[in-house]
Amino acid sequence: MTVQDHTRHGYGPDGYAPAPQARSVARLRPSYGLFVDGRFVSGGGGQMDSINPADETVLATVEVASADDVDRAVRAARRAYDEVWGPMPGRERAKYLYRIARLIQERSRELAVLESLDNGKPIRESRDVDIPLAAAHFFYYAGWADKLPYAGFGSAPRPYGVAGQVIPWNFPLLMAAWKLAPALAAGNTTVLKSAETTPLSALALADIIAQADLPSGVVNIISGGPAAGQALVGHPGVDKVAFTGSTEVGKQIAREVAGSAKKVTLELGGKAANIVFDDAPTEQAVEGIVNGIYFNQGHVCCAGSRLLVQESVAEEVLEALRRRISTLRLGDPLDKNTDIGAINSAAQLRRITELTDFAETEGATRWSPPSCQLPATGYWFAPTVLTDVAPAHRVAREEVFGPVLSVLTFRTPEEAVAKANDTPYGLSAGVWTEKGSRILWMSQRLRAGVVWANTFNRFDPTSPFGGYGESGYGREGGRHGLGAYLAS
Amino acid sequence: MTVTRPAAHPGVIADVTSGEVALRAFLRGLPGVDQVGTEQRAAALWSRSIKGESKAWGLDTAVAMVDLTTLEGNDTPGKVASLCAKARRPDPADPDCPSVAAVCLYPDLIAGAVRQLRGTKVAVASVATAFPSGRASLATRLADVREAVAAGADEIDMVIDRGAFLAGRYGQVFDDIVAVRRECGEAHLKVILETGELATYDNVARASWLALLAGADFIKTSTGKVSPAATPPVAVTMLSVVRDFAARTGILRGVKVAGGIRSSKDALRYLVAVREVAGERWLSPALFRFGASSLLNDLLMQRMKLRTGAYSGPRYVTVD
Repeated sequence: MTVQDHTRHGYGPDGYAPAPQARSVARLRPSYGLFVDGRFVSGGGGQMDSINPADETVLATVEVASADDVDRAVRAARRAYDEVWGPMPGRERAKYLYRIARLIQERSRELAVLESLDNGKPIRESRDVDIPLAAAHFFYYAGWADKLPYAGFGSAPRPYGVAGQVIPWNFPLLMAAWKLAPALAAGNTTVLKSAETTPLSALALADIIAQADLPSGVVNIISGGPAAGQALVGHPGVDKVAFTGSTEVGKQIAREVAGSAKKVTLELGGKAANIVFDDAPTEQAVEGIVNGIYFNQGHVCCAGSRLLVQESVAEEVLEALRRRISTLRLGDPLDKNTDIGAINSAAQLRRITELTDFAETEGATRWSPPSCQLPATGYWFAPTVLTDVAPAHRVAREEVFGPVLSVLTFRTPEEAVAKANDTPYGLSAGVWTEKGSRILWMSQRLRAGVVWANTFNRFDPTSPFGGYGESGYGREGGRHGLGAYLAS
Repeated sequence: MTVTRPAAHPGVIADVTSGEVALRAFLRGLPGVDQVGTEQRAAALWSRSIKGESKAWGLDTAVAMVDLTTLEGNDTPGKVASLCAKARRPDPADPDCPSVAAVCLYPDLIAGAVRQLRGTKVAVASVATAFPSGRASLATRLADVREAVAAGADEIDMVIDRGAFLAGRYGQVFDDIVAVRRECGEAHLKVILETGELATYDNVARASWLALLAGADFIKTSTGKVSPAATPPVAVTMLSVVRDFAARTGILRGVKVAGGIRSSKDALRYLVAVREVAGERWLSPALFRFGASSLLNDLLMQRMKLRTGAYSGPRYVTVD
């Protein structure tokens, strides 16, 4: 074999030889129940199939919660709050949280594979991002459980009681961890509803919770669609509602709970600007742009979906960006070398396709790597760059929630800020410049809950996360995240 | 800066090397290299999983990219002879195993190695210019190169004056390289940046550009005598510079990573970085090398394992 052979071998244009993660470690079961009052039970809402978006096969059948099931779950949570979890000292609650964190680590491979199967995200991301961060959130909030009087919410902060939590499909296990860990550390009990298309990892987490011997009813995990979500949010026994998902549903929830005593936090959509100045570290800025929009197929509320690049370097940056995107590997989510996995559902694929097609009719120019081939079955969308996008185009204003980057240019820092803030959303932003003073100047003016400087999509349990405007209210993560579950 | 620029360079290079001021302005005007981002990128590349055909191809390719090296005070003609035998035929049991790219030695041992390797495809590389510190007069360093070339070296691995570079005397470093280049004649020139002493990725990128502008055929991370030697983020930085240099000039230049690369797994991941940062064209011994000694045996053991299905251990490969 000579070294010129590489085009026919694994390092050639076809990429690397397959390196699949074994599917069996997911310990997939044919059917899953609802986790109510410490037990897996069948639901009154019938059953639904959870689909593998990479090949459209059925992974498992899942019980769907009816309004009665929601009621049972809320009552179980109330009883657990009154009798066990509420009176329990913080240092004892912490032990359970530490135990859950360690079990997530111990079962990390199982959870990573299960997440990639159910969601479509690359195993590299579920293995290196979702699961370790989920464990980190439990570890972090476990540390707070016995220190609540010193967290800055008064000397005797109290939990609200029963939290009703509704999570999205983009980071199923991680979002469950973001919701459960602070709620439990603060002394609340919860009923958590997973997303309709991604129920499995939350149910594996329920199994971990049972394994950790958490008292019955402290955490209840139910599956289902909008009806189950509405029943939960509207249930009179719920003291606190926490929702992550679309702005549209967030508004419905806000209307639903208006006039009640329920506390609400909403983490909704975004249309983040990733702003690249002419003095940016180009190579890393390109990485940041790629990571900002193609991470998790762009199914990220804080995705850097609008690239604002200084006009003087736009050509250069776009050329480097296209070259970099051409090296991204799209395909089997379980292959360890896959960079871009499957779109989570047929419905989401339709929305991405529709918005991107519409952008072309509005005058945008569309580019995807010519070498990118989509698998025949499953839901797929090639990484896409739209240039000639004007701020008035729909694609520059609406959340696509897919691997589609809109490119706009600016001339001055003031114009960059004006364009970045020209959105009803305000979840995140990125600034790329070697000039430290400009980073600070920009951060003070950007209307965004998170501003990343010379990086993007970096998450840490110690750092608060949340939005302005139509991106919602309340913060998750860090000390601030406790505030969402404590009455001071 | 006094020395005339190398003739082979096209106009775009001529402009930035027209004088000390232009050179300094160019090097300082390069985009910054963000440390966090570079290390993150390297970590992501290093998480690639190389299996099956890719692994087999990568192991063979890596063997063919090795500059089999001994740079010790106690090197003897006998040691050099056995190293050359190994370079020619790394795995006596497998005729399909490629020979390595080169042997790399001190200048006084070159003549012996040239005799040993006559008629083979294995090149003879000599470190020179008062390796590893480079702390000698230019005349001495050039004499070092002259002797190595006269002894028959095909490749010269020079060190840059890190002191001059860190003091901001880019023109001096440039002139040194051009002078060495001239002494090399037909020999290939590899310029060792000693990135462990340059410390920042910004410096690595600047020194890489400087060496390429001055006519280096290869830029090389390290002497192997300073820690840290080759690291993934340093390699990523240098690979992006040769890629950008090729884009701007049309000239393909190589990268050699040296020092501390001992495992096949590591070598395969460097090849991932070569492919994804520089491009597939660089996946050739003409444009990428490993400076190593113990790496070769690990590559051979992994090859053996792929061939026989069993991992036989170090007793089944030759010591050198």
